[in-house]
Order: sequence, then C-alpha cells, then structure tokens
Amino acid sequence: MNEAPVRVVPREASGGGGRRLKLQVLRHNPRVAGSVPHWQTYELDEAEGMTLFIALNEIRDQQDPSLQFDFVCRAGICGSCAMLVDGRPQLACRTLARTLGPVTTLAPLPFFELIGDLSVNTGKWMRGMSERVRGWLHAAGGESDIDRIEQPMDPELADRIYELDRCIECGCCVAACGTARMREDFVGAAGMNRVARFRLDPRDSRSDEDWYDIVGDDDGVFGCMSLLACHDVCPKELPLATQIAYLRRAMVRQGMT
Amino acid sequence: MKVVQTDVLVIGGGLAGLRLAVAARRRGHDAIVLSLVPAKRSHSKAAQGGMQASLGNVIKGQGDNEDVHFEDTVRGSDWGADQAVVRMFVNTAPKAVRELAAWGVPWSRVRRGDREVVINGQRVTITERDEAHGLIAQRDFGGTKKWRTCHVSDGTGHAMLQAVADQAIAASIPVHERTEALALIHDGRRCHGAIVRDLIDGSLAAYLAKATAIATGGAGRLYRVTTNAVICEGIGHALALETGVATLGNMEAVQFHPTGIFPAGILVTEGCRGDGGLLKDVDGHRFMPDYEPEKKELASRDVVSRRMEQHIAAGKGAKSRWGEHLWLDITLLGEKHVRTNLREVYEICQSFLGIDPTRDLIAVRPAQHYTMGGVRTDASGQSPQLAGLFAAGEAACWDMHGFNRLGGNSVAETVVAGRIVGESIADFCDDPANDATVPMGLVREFLQREQGRLDALVDGNGSEDASALRARMQEIMTSRVGIFRSGDELQAAVDELQQLLERSRRIGLRCRDGGANPELVTAYRVQKMLKLALCVAYGALQRTESRGAHFRQDHPRRDDAQWLKRTLARWPDAAATLPSLHYEPLDVMNMELPPGWRGYGAKDYIDHPDTARRAAEVAALRERLAGQDRFALQQALMPYEHLLPAALRGRNERLDERWST
Repeated sequence: MNEAPVRVVPREASGGGGRRLKLQVLRHNPRVAGSVPHWQTYELDEAEGMTLFIALNEIRDQQDPSLQFDFVCRAGICGSCAMLVDGRPQLACRTLARTLGPVTTLAPLPFFELIGDLSVNTGKWMRGMSERVRGWLHAAGGESDIDRIEQPMDPELADRIYELDRCIECGCCVAACGTARMREDFVGAAGMNRVARFRLDPRDSRSDEDWYDIVGDDDGVFGCMSLLACHDVCPKELPLATQIAYLRRAMVRQGMT
Repeated sequence: MKVVQTDVLVIGGGLAGLRLAVAARRRGHDAIVLSLVPAKRSHSKAAQGGMQASLGNVIKGQGDNEDVHFEDTVRGSDWGADQAVVRMFVNTAPKAVRELAAWGVPWSRVRRGDREVVINGQRVTITERDEAHGLIAQRDFGGTKKWRTCHVSDGTGHAMLQAVADQAIAASIPVHERTEALALIHDGRRCHGAIVRDLIDGSLAAYLAKATAIATGGAGRLYRVTTNAVICEGIGHALALETGVATLGNMEAVQFHPTGIFPAGILVTEGCRGDGGLLKDVDGHRFMPDYEPEKKELASRDVVSRRMEQHIAAGKGAKSRWGEHLWLDITLLGEKHVRTNLREVYEICQSFLGIDPTRDLIAVRPAQHYTMGGVRTDASGQSPQLAGLFAAGEAACWDMHGFNRLGGNSVAETVVAGRIVGESIADFCDDPANDATVPMGLVREFLQREQGRLDALVDGNGSEDASALRARMQEIMTSRVGIFRSGDELQAAVDELQQLLERSRRIGLRCRDGGANPELVTAYRVQKMLKLALCVAYGALQRTESRGAHFRQDHPRRDDAQWLKRTLARWPDAAATLPSLHYEPLDVMNMELPPGWRGYGAKDYIDHPDTARRAAEVAALRERLAGQDRFALQQALMPYEHLLPAALRGRNERLDERWST
C-alpha cells in the first residue's frame, strides 16, 4: 500500500512530475464467467512527459499484468488506442498526463464490441464499414499501364484528397455519435468521410446515383442529426462537419431527381 | 483440432503482406492474412517521408533513372546488398508507385513554375517544368544523388496502406485480425503452414497452406529506444529461426535513425532534412558539414547517426534531465511548408513535445529504426532451406539493403517485394510438383507442442518475471549493441543475453489465464526475442570489421578481404543458448558495381582480392559498349531480368525518356 499523499493539481497547471496519478479504469472481461463491469483504481507516480501509453504500460508491468488495452504506434497515427478519457473519446497515446486532473476515468469506447477492459474491436467494425461503402477506388477506365508516365492530377486536388484520406479509423467519431447510439447500422462519420473521399477523386468512376444507393438512407447520411460531436473529437481534425453537409446536400439532390 | 485450409498463408498484415496476398489472389489462389492488429494499424503506416522511385519528374530529379537509383542503393548498403536483387527492385519501384496512383494513393504532385526551396541552408528558387505539372512529385532524401522520394505530404505509409488494404478488401481477402502465429509447421524440408493463436480467446488452430509467407516487419523492440511500433518484436524472424532449418541473414545489421524525438524515440521523418532542415548542437552550430563536407545532413543514416553520437561524445550535446541530445531545426522551412508537407511532424511535435516546430527546435537523438537482417530468401522470396516458406519486406533478407538501408527504400521495398514474391508464390502454387499431402500426425504434433508450451507457462512453477526480462534485454541491446560497438561490450552482451535466455525458460506468470492474457503474450514472445537478440549480438561480435550500420570501434575499417559475406544464423538445437553462424560470400566477379568508396563516411577500407580485377573488367566493358544505350551496358555487366516476373520486365517511361505512342 502506497501512502504517498496525492497532491491536487488543476488541469494544465501541473509542471509534470512529482505527483501521484489516479486512474480509474472500467474493467470487464466478457469471456470470463462471472465477470461484471467494475471500476478499479490504479495509482502511480507521474513522470515528466508521461502519456497514457507510458502510464498504462507501467501499470501493466508493475501492478496488474491482466489489464487489457491496445497500443501499436504510440505516435498518434495508427488509431489503436482510442478510449474514453474522463468520458471523452480520444487517443490515449497522445494524452499527456500533465493535462489530467487528480483522478481520471478511463473506459472502453462505447458502441464497439468489447474485447476486454479498454480494448474494443474497432478493426472488425471498420472492415465491415469499408465493405459496406465499397471503400476502395473503383477505377475509371480499367487497368492502367504502369510502365507509362502516370496520369497527371491537379496538385491542389491531390492535397484535398489526402486531407480526407487521413482518417485513422480510431472510432472516436462513432463512439461520440448520437445516431450510432440509436441505430446500430449507422455508417458513422468515418463511413461518410470515406464516401466523400472517393466522391472527390476523379480516378473513381462512381456517380451520385451509386453513392445514393450506399448512403442515401437513415443508416447513411440522412440518419445524421448534425450533433457533430464527431467533428469535435476527431484526433486528426478532419473537416467532418463540412463533408457530411456536402454529402447530404448531394444526396438530397440525387434523391429529388 | 481446429484446422483452417488455404492456398497462401500470409503472416503479417502490413504493406508487404497485403500486397503479396493481392498478387496471389489475382492469380487465382486463395489467401488468408494473419495480423496481430487490424491491418490498417500495421507499422507500415508509420513511414512518413516517402518511397524511392526514379520517376524524375521534379527538376532536381531530372536525369534520374534505374542506374542512379541502383548505385545509390548499393553504396548505401556498403556493398552488402545482392546487386541483382537491387536491380529487380529499382526497375519495379516506378511501376509500383504508378500502380498505387491507379489504386488511389493521393501522391503529392508537381506544380509548374517557380518555387522556393531550402538547399544547404539557403533559400533558392527552382523552376518546375510545364510538362511535369500534375505528375508525382519527389523530395530529397539522404544518400541519393537525385530527388527521388515520392510522397503523400509526410503521411506516405498511411496513404499507401489505405490503398493496399482497400485492394485486399476489394479482393475479399480475409484478414484474421488479432491472431498470432506461434510456430511454423514443417518436416525439415517443406513448410505446411502455422500454428496460430487467437489473441482474443487464446485458442489454437492449425492453418495449413501450400505456401506460407512471413511479412511481419522488423524487430525494433529488441531495443529500448526505437522508432518502431510496439508490435515490431521480430516474431516472424523467430518463427523461421525456431524451425532450426531456415536461416536469418545479417541480423547484426541494425539501422539507427538520426531523428528520433528525444527521449520518446518517436520518428520525425528524414524529409525534414531532405526539405532543408539542419542539425545543430548545444551552441546552435550546424555541425554536419564539419564531418561530412560532401553530403552534410544528407549522408546515409548510418553515417549521420554516428556523427551525431560522435558530436555528443565530444561534449557538444544539449543537456536535459534524461541525458544529452541534439537539435533538428526546421524553422527555416517556413510555416506553410511545415504545415502542408510536414504536417505529421507538426502534430507529433505538438502532441509529444509541446512545441511548435515552425518556431522551436526539435530535440532529437538517434534511435533504433530498421532491421536490415531477416529471413534469408533467394531472389524469388523463397527460403533456400524450407520449400514453401517465403518472406517479404522488412522481415526478409533477399537482400537489397545489405548493411544500411537508404531512407525511402523500405516502404518502396514493401510493395515491390510484395508484388514480386506474390507472383513467385503463385508460380509455386501453380506447379503440380509442389502439391503436397499434409501429414496430419505432424500437424497434431506441432499443435500439441505449442499447447504444451503455453500450458507450462500458465500452470508451471517458474518464478522469472517476463516483462523484467524483456526490459533487461532491451537495455542491454541499447547500451551494448548500439551505434558504436566493441568486442568487450558485445561479449558482455552475449554473456548476459544467454543468461536471460536460460532464465526465460523458467518464467512464472502472475496472471494465470490462458485466454486474452497480456502477460502470457509477453512471456512467449520474450523467449523468442531473446534468441533474436542473441543472433544480433553474437553476429556483431563475430564480425570484426565495420560495414554500413555495423560499426566496431576496435575494427573501424570495412574489410572486404575477410568480410564481404553475409552472416547466416540458424538455431538447430532448441536447448542451445547461441545460434550457429555460417557465412555466404558475395561474389565480386558478378557485381555490376565493384566495391569502392561510398561518397560519404570513412574513406579507408580493405579491398577484396577480386575487386581490382572486376573493376578492370567493368571499365573495359564500359569502354567497349561506349556507343550503346544504358540498357545494353547494364545487360552486359550483370543480367538480372530473368529473375523478374515477365510482367515486371518492361522499361519505365519518363519525361526525359519518352516513348513514341
């Protein structure tokens, strides 16, 4: 039992280091008979520059080897470690301990299938979403000759496509979504952004008629209630609000024809 | 016994694995991809700066072609590479980048007219050609004569992985996420698949396949300070090693990237320096020109990393509470450039250092980055010892990087090797001579053996702590098998790693759950990782020369007379604590580019006895074929095209090498 006193440090005010961090983790392993969801509190010394990646690994190495969570890149680019930090979906690897209050709650992302503790199966959902929106380039004009000089593309347009291609499928947008809570088949901001990305790409042959078949219903763009928490929580700051609005307008236009 | 059958079992869901699955699928073979994580989260994603392909669209890339890319790569490798494989690679890289463009990768494009760039610390204006407008752009990178690095801002790996993973989805290739291969099933001559563990429920299954491919990436996590993702533990390397039959090539060849952010080790791309960023010391002095007047910040990574550590050892590091580091300065590139072409770097600096790199310097120090060594294969990607076992990408040693890889060549290798090895796997599966009846008794034996190992960990009475063993191994590797190596340090490392390996056979778990138990995963992986660590450390101890990234302070010269050969490690006796090493000579008389000075780094080396003779032969051929085109000369020097699949033998069109339509 560690009896070091916990110093109360306001958010953003800690210089890092020297204080005890208290992490309350929502734990449950659905594969273990009798497991029920419960909060478990861990304490550890904060170190300078500490992130939740470092803190959770330290807890697992030194205090509780059974604790489940997912990290891969630990650099904010792979989207593995999204979780609820004090109720807000965000990437744990990019969460600096010095921005946390004296007690922080960590919970798995809602909506997705729970694997155990903080680990959820976003990969399975994202693959399903990709299959559903047929999220791959449908080449206009068939196979290209890869020995020849490539087709030119407007440089600005290439940059704009990349902007939408930056989604890391972390699941924050879906976890924060009001519609997803009511409609389990909702395609989510990640799905609509995927559609917007291919709609923008002149190399893709699909028309709005095709897109209407995919997202022109209440499980697609018309299910969105414009609460736009997706936009607020996106760790890559994708322009989700604008893209959903554009897509909805285009689909309304298509539906009217 | 749960059994899953397929034609091609691909272990690893990154760029190389997915690309070869797509290639095999397009040839009509079923494929299953095993991945520790959702495929799009693989470490391929972390490639930032770009992929090398000699398109020569930008004005600073004009004149680039396969020959220039070939020479840069061989020099970069410090003549450790297989030159025929390098030729296969440089001819396929332009095709791969163009194929990815057709698959949707939003490559950054050339803008016609004047633009301001930073070269050698100076702002200069260059003018892009009208006819290049809208074509794929290239940036500068280390160790290259031309601007050759095709990129998508600085999220190149991310965009490539999106496109290739999308193609795998389009081809309905199943990716079995959160599964891990524990052992290859083999009879000593032929590989039949793998025993696979479900990481969610802990159950085992036998996956049987005609061809099995290892595409599991690198082994950076053998080190404490690494840019690699946490899943890069070298488990694919270990699968091959633990057959006792297959070999690993050049495991002592480990690359350290100059610019890991300090102290976390997260990568900031070489594109920072390629685009004009400078390295500075505690006094704000730009020190690289003092050491490397020719290439400065843009010498190869092994050279820059060594110079940085040398400069820190000379007392010029900036001090911090975690130790010393140097500074990367990209403020001179301007805010617009950083926020569009280096936006991931911008985000990383903000998130992890709390600084704005358009105004502040970035604390950096070299960190482990790339595993040049890998599962030894021939040029088709197949193990010479175990038929039906293939490898591609960072996990493989076919061997295009030798003792040092050039920046941008690995992410290019993933898709190039994925395509080439995918084709050769399809050829292998098509050949009736390779039909094999899988002996089910053998399969059951492997399954029981693996289950027995797990049970012994879960139910046994060992007392060693798995994560403590791993931490100690990582510390030894970082402090004793790093950038500067010596016989004493390496011997100490080998001794202690052997003790750790013995202790790892007595691990006891605190959490005795056979299902999703992270401690159990650490336990069986650290047993494998220690064997790899020993291959690295023992190989480095035996190699009494300096070549590429392998630098011996007690043997500072490259010694072609003794060491122009590839280390091959095998682990025939499971109870042993050392690999058996043997060596495969490189044939100077077959080299298109005979050994010489790299154009940067140390200038003194010991020649191979054949070098002068081969150099004279090459010079005579060049003279004799002086009037002919470069392809005829290349063909005369070192024929390689027969090694490529027929579809990839074509020449590559460029703005300056136009084809008539």
